Amino acid sequence: MQHHLILRVVTRFVLPFILLFALYVQFHGDFGPGGGFQAGVIFAAGMILYTLVFGLDNATRVVPPSALRVLMASGVLLYLAVGFATVLLGGNFLSYDTLAENAKDGQHYGILLVELGVGITVTSTMIAIFYVFVGRNLPSDDTRAGS
Amino acid sequence: MDQILALIVVLPLLAAPLCLLLPNGRAPWVVATATTWLVFCGACLLLNDVLANGTQSYALGDWPPPIGIEYRLDALNALVVFIVSLIAAVVTPFAGRSIASEISAKQINLFYVLYLLCFAGLLGMAMTGDVFNLFVFLEISSLSTYVLISLGRDRRALTAAYQYLMMGTIGATFFLIGIGLLYATTGTLNMADLAQRLPEVEQQRTVLSGFAFIVAGLGLKAAVFPVHLWLPNAYTFAPSVVSAFIAATATKVAVYALVRVLFTVFGVNYSFGALPLQFVLLTLSVIGVFATSLLAIRQNDAKKLLAYSSVAQVGYMIIGVAMGTVLGITGGLTHLFNHALMKGCLFLALGAVMYRLGSTGVTAMRGIGYSMPWTMSAFVIGGLSLIGVPLTAGFISKWLIVQAALELGWWWLAIVVLGGSLIAVIYIWRLVETAWFRAPDAGPNQLKEAPLSLLIPIWILALANIWFGVDTRWSLSVAEQAATTLLGGGP
Repeated sequence: MQHHLILRVVTRFVLPFILLFALYVQFHGDFGPGGGFQAGVIFAAGMILYTLVFGLDNATRVVPPSALRVLMASGVLLYLAVGFATVLLGGNFLSYDTLAENAKDGQHYGILLVELGVGITVTSTMIAIFYVFVGRNLPSDDTRAGS
Repeated sequence: MDQILALIVVLPLLAAPLCLLLPNGRAPWVVATATTWLVFCGACLLLNDVLANGTQSYALGDWPPPIGIEYRLDALNALVVFIVSLIAAVVTPFAGRSIASEISAKQINLFYVLYLLCFAGLLGMAMTGDVFNLFVFLEISSLSTYVLISLGRDRRALTAAYQYLMMGTIGATFFLIGIGLLYATTGTLNMADLAQRLPEVEQQRTVLSGFAFIVAGLGLKAAVFPVHLWLPNAYTFAPSVVSAFIAATATKVAVYALVRVLFTVFGVNYSFGALPLQFVLLTLSVIGVFATSLLAIRQNDAKKLLAYSSVAQVGYMIIGVAMGTVLGITGGLTHLFNHALMKGCLFLALGAVMYRLGSTGVTAMRGIGYSMPWTMSAFVIGGLSLIGVPLTAGFISKWLIVQAALELGWWWLAIVVLGGSLIAVIYIWRLVETAWFRAPDAGPNQLKEAPLSLLIPIWILALANIWFGVDTRWSLSVAEQAATTLLGGGP
């Protein structure tokens, strides 16, 4: 892609907007259409575009596969942590009402955190799947880091 | 106390991402073992509670059913949760050494991630009182099972996993289509609510097709003959621990889901009264018992032999359940429990053989009884139980099924069950003879007995096979209570 000047410039121009839109979908999801899954997919699509244009080596410098693994797990853990917090606060599992003084705020915080967890896991999983497809000839993370 | 209902599913779900973060080595195994033991303790408490106090209900997120997702535990699914967690608690300690020898060191923590996800999925399926939630957990357990199977050392594991992926996805999709049709007519996904609303609309063709889709989909997952084709290869080429775990749990949970849909959601009057499903299930199971038992005789790999026998055993469960009487269902459910014990024991014993011998080919196992006497003695006990010899668990459940058939005056069905057991004698005897009555291959015999960490889990299950064959008070009363609740028109 070294010679495709227009593609590179346009990608650089569009990329911040894609990521910003992903964040908008993520954090506005409790008032409008959107949510963690959709936002995660949009965010990952931005990263995939970056990988397509600038190559896998650059992409793995931005988001290394080892970080993806941690992110994948931590998204789920964040989700479950909210669940456990509600149990500790005396409600049923994922009963957001208990998270704040009044139920309305509780529901708000709860869904925000849970969807953030979903978003993190979806983003990192999508990117990881794409890395595997693109780097099919590279046996594993370890050899790639060494080469 | 009531939080255990949710925590029992959430705990393995929490341990799975933790295992992903842990470094490779023994740590993921320790976490997995601790998790399965904790869950097993929880399952025992729950079963006790349900038997004493009746059905338990848990509203996730405090959203009251039928709008929110409900976990609903009666004697039937408490028993299934108990079986799944018991098998996991026994199999996970075994996995430590067995898995380390069968899959590459880099994948070990990934194995435990998938294993725990599969465990969580199966528990969720058994626990939930919501059909769509059941589908979600079915997918969690299935997707992780596909990958677990593909981890097998033999490259044919990949094709086996792919085959299962294809058939399993069709099964899950059928189930989902069925749910969609039911939702379109009734507007609810909660099982108890569905059971209330379905009688008004049960004449509609939408409901009928929904019913057909659900039964076909779950039948595929439960490996009911003739949609069992994914099973033999999947069990054969999966890593030993995976074979033992899914053989003892996955099809059982699918059978449970089928029973739940037939009896609780649609009700016995609709499933067996208005529709000829009883005839269909009985015919298919009878053919299945004979066909797959005969196929088992001809197999040259001990794991594949047991896999075919598993399909036959699912046939017995379906026969018991399809009779639709309290005695028949009790027999089917007891067989579900006992079969988990015997197949768990047999597959774990083969896992120990795999650990020492590196193969489970019937010819390779010649004379192995002399070098691995403890492993193969446990195998014999499991085999006797599979045949249904008195004083083993297998006898009890087959006896109940025969009794139930005679109660209905279906003497031919009793003959089928006994005939199937005779064929089981042939294929089990073939393995026992190879292991104990053939001279080992010439050459220096370096084979040693399996290490204690493998023997203890095998023997726990072997002794359980004898225990539940002698003292049947507990297992029978639970199964009978479950059968009564099922026929009593829902919990």
